[in-house]
Amino acid sequence: MGRRKVFLKGSRDGIPVMLGYLAVSFSFGILAVKAGLTEGQSILMSALNLTSAGQFASLSIIAASGGYVELALSQFIINLRYALMSFSLSQKFDGKAHWLHRCAAAFGNTDEIFALASAVKGEVSPWYIYGMMAVAVPGWVTGTALGAIAGNVLPLRVLSALGVALYAMFCAIVVPPAKKNETLLYLILCAMALSLICTVLPGIREMSDGTRVILLTVGISAAAALLRPVKEEQDEA
Amino acid sequence: MKHSVYGYILIMALVTYLIRMLPLTLIRKRIKSRFLQSFLYYVPYVTLTVMTFPAILSATGSPWSGAAGFLTAIALSWRGKGLIFTSLVSCAAVFLLEAAIV
Repeated sequence: MGRRKVFLKGSRDGIPVMLGYLAVSFSFGILAVKAGLTEGQSILMSALNLTSAGQFASLSIIAASGGYVELALSQFIINLRYALMSFSLSQKFDGKAHWLHRCAAAFGNTDEIFALASAVKGEVSPWYIYGMMAVAVPGWVTGTALGAIAGNVLPLRVLSALGVALYAMFCAIVVPPAKKNETLLYLILCAMALSLICTVLPGIREMSDGTRVILLTVGISAAAALLRPVKEEQDEA
Repeated sequence: MKHSVYGYILIMALVTYLIRMLPLTLIRKRIKSRFLQSFLYYVPYVTLTVMTFPAILSATGSPWSGAAGFLTAIALSWRGKGLIFTSLVSCAAVFLLEAAIV
């Protein structure tokens, strides 16, 4: 496939991401202004950071005039999962692409864009990631702007319904391969059970979402890799 | 000392970008270890699963509508429907259920 085609495919696949981002960033815009940021600052934060949990968490630190180090550390902990995703993507990224493409595509390595890139068979072209970014980033920024400037334009019920857009997309990525592969199916059920336990169990549930995601991902993936190592050919699946 | 909001924004942007950029640019060789290959093969599935469940149950106005959206998404993706269709219909399921409850 040529660059143009790959880019367009990325843009098309990015549409549910854009919808989900609109909803999430809309709520972010409302909260950011409440925390004392101007509309412009809220939009700038979304345009430069492109991360939901990190941005939401930063608001309480900024509102409390917390220290820069405190902010940097909290972002590091909440967003460390991206390092794992970036590591995973490094193995799928087009081997012939210039390293500057890796630098540029890295900016768009959000949970959702990583999810779509992982679902690609074989190598991932930077142009596919750029295509997704071309619709997802404007969605994230526009939603923030709308929320910050006109927090009441979207009825609550629509916002609530859009809340599942990204999760539903994750299901559509994870479920089809699990249907064909029994190991994946059990892996996913096991991950769901452990995730539920970690969310309700006192003492563990106080963990931040970011930490929980990393610990569970590393632990479960490592256990699966030991118990059910994949064969070479499966690498492309 | 009063910190600037722009300072906060730039620092968090830098930290987040470096986390995303360093592994992708520094690790360019294909990993040979079978354990690491297997580990990385499983990472996306596990990470997407633990991010989705049980968080999806609290993503909407009520756990019931969240569950409805979740079940709709699983049913549709099990039948091999595409990303956009699954995503939109799940949103619609949440919307209709919440409209019916209230």
